Amino acid sequence: MSSSRSASASVLYDAPGPRARVRYRALGVLAVLGIAGLLWYAYDKLDSTGQFAPELWEPFQYTAVQQRILDGLLATLKAFALAAVLSLLLGALLAAGRLSDHKPVRAVSTAVVQFFRAMPLLIMIFALYRGLFAGDPFWALVTGLTLYNGSVQAEIIRSGVEAVPRGQGEAAYALGMRKSQVMLSILVPQAVRSMLPAIISQMVVTLKDTSLGFVITYPELLYAIKIIASNSTGYPYVPTVLVATPIYITMCLLLTALARWIEARGRRGANRRTPVPA
Amino acid sequence: MDILFEHGNFALLRDGFLQTVELSALAALLALLLGTLLAAFRVSPVPVLRAFGAVWVTVFRNTPLTLLFLAAVFTLPRLDVRFSPFTFAVLALGFYTAAFVCEVLRSGINTVPLGQAEAARSLGMTFGQTLRLVILPQAAKTVMGPMSSVFIALPRNSAIAGAFSVAELFQAQASLTDLGYPIVLIFFWVALPYLAISASVGVLFHYLPQIALAAGRLVRGLSERGTPVRTETVEANQ
Repeated sequence: MSSSRSASASVLYDAPGPRARVRYRALGVLAVLGIAGLLWYAYDKLDSTGQFAPELWEPFQYTAVQQRILDGLLATLKAFALAAVLSLLLGALLAAGRLSDHKPVRAVSTAVVQFFRAMPLLIMIFALYRGLFAGDPFWALVTGLTLYNGSVQAEIIRSGVEAVPRGQGEAAYALGMRKSQVMLSILVPQAVRSMLPAIISQMVVTLKDTSLGFVITYPELLYAIKIIASNSTGYPYVPTVLVATPIYITMCLLLTALARWIEARGRRGANRRTPVPA
Repeated sequence: MDILFEHGNFALLRDGFLQTVELSALAALLALLLGTLLAAFRVSPVPVLRAFGAVWVTVFRNTPLTLLFLAAVFTLPRLDVRFSPFTFAVLALGFYTAAFVCEVLRSGINTVPLGQAEAARSLGMTFGQTLRLVILPQAAKTVMGPMSSVFIALPRNSAIAGAFSVAELFQAQASLTDLGYPIVLIFFWVALPYLAISASVGVLFHYLPQIALAAGRLVRGLSERGTPVRTETVEANQ
């Protein structure tokens, strides 16, 4: 049995015998036909409605249009970078609050975290845009992103700290460290190390949510795309979406790859700490 | 308090609330069905289906929901696919959430140790019995938490539909803002329904295991009384 247990071994089925292999192959052929049919349908739709017409793709040859996409991309990255840094700071602060020994501090931090995690980001960003930052979409977007993602990051950091084996903190206290020392030099470094993939996944969410700036007219990538589509002859919505989607997917995948790389690096022997018996 | 009972504002907020609930419920249903199908693809022994599931999840998890809404509302009509904005919103939200449902289910199935299924098979259980009695109950336990986060996030995400001509709560917020009411008051009256929806979904998922258990007991009780217990013949492992 163990020889047939490959990396793709599943609890759901055994290593296939001759009959099952034939069945899987038949299913595979059916699936290929089905997917090919879907792709053909999509292609046919695009073709029959004239989406491959050269004039719809022409705008992308103009430097002004390319510049607009680039500006949108930079605006997206600017909002993302600032929101990511600020949300980590807020997250650290709120996590500290939730782990505090003082009940009022705990209660306030918990209320803040729960509220901002439950509220739709768009509703908050819009309220900030109209209320607090009258007419400044950049800061409304960054503040909204920071409040929401900061609350989520706080929960990630907190659960990381709570997941550090108890003996670590107890040993540090036994050595006479103060609570702040125990936190900063023992618990938080270990927590951040183990939670880094989750923290970066949340940053992918932050990056995706910058597209909400579109609604409050912050000129990020999606907004740029919409403007290009509605200002060009023939309204090339399909081409612009086909250009924007890969850009977003690539940015997110790069961040995810970073998370994987960090995780793999943490697992590798070279800089691994001695494992602690739980 | 004034804002709520002036000039039909209550009707605006109530209709927005109902639309949000309806949109979320339909999208949740679509996401659950599609997500389960995709999860089945991703754990299937057929490589093409696995690849299809993987591509779907990668595309929809890494694309902003706002872009999906834009694609649905502005792009599909250009391809002669014409639905109401509400239907487009259900599709965008459902397709997006399905990717997350799929990942939760898949990781849930993967957390069940391989030995559990091997033991079940060596006891002579059929594939269906293994799945029903051994694997799915264990997977369901680990899935419940992440699944509740997915379905709490869904109504929150549904707010984006308001920016694409669906008259739900975000649009109520925008209309009331345009009427010049103080934003703090509007925020309060719009936030409240969302918090209520989130809390309800949370409570539902909290009690779901008990509900499922009770339902299972009921079904088992009925079937035991109805038909005699069959002795299953051991099927050869294919």
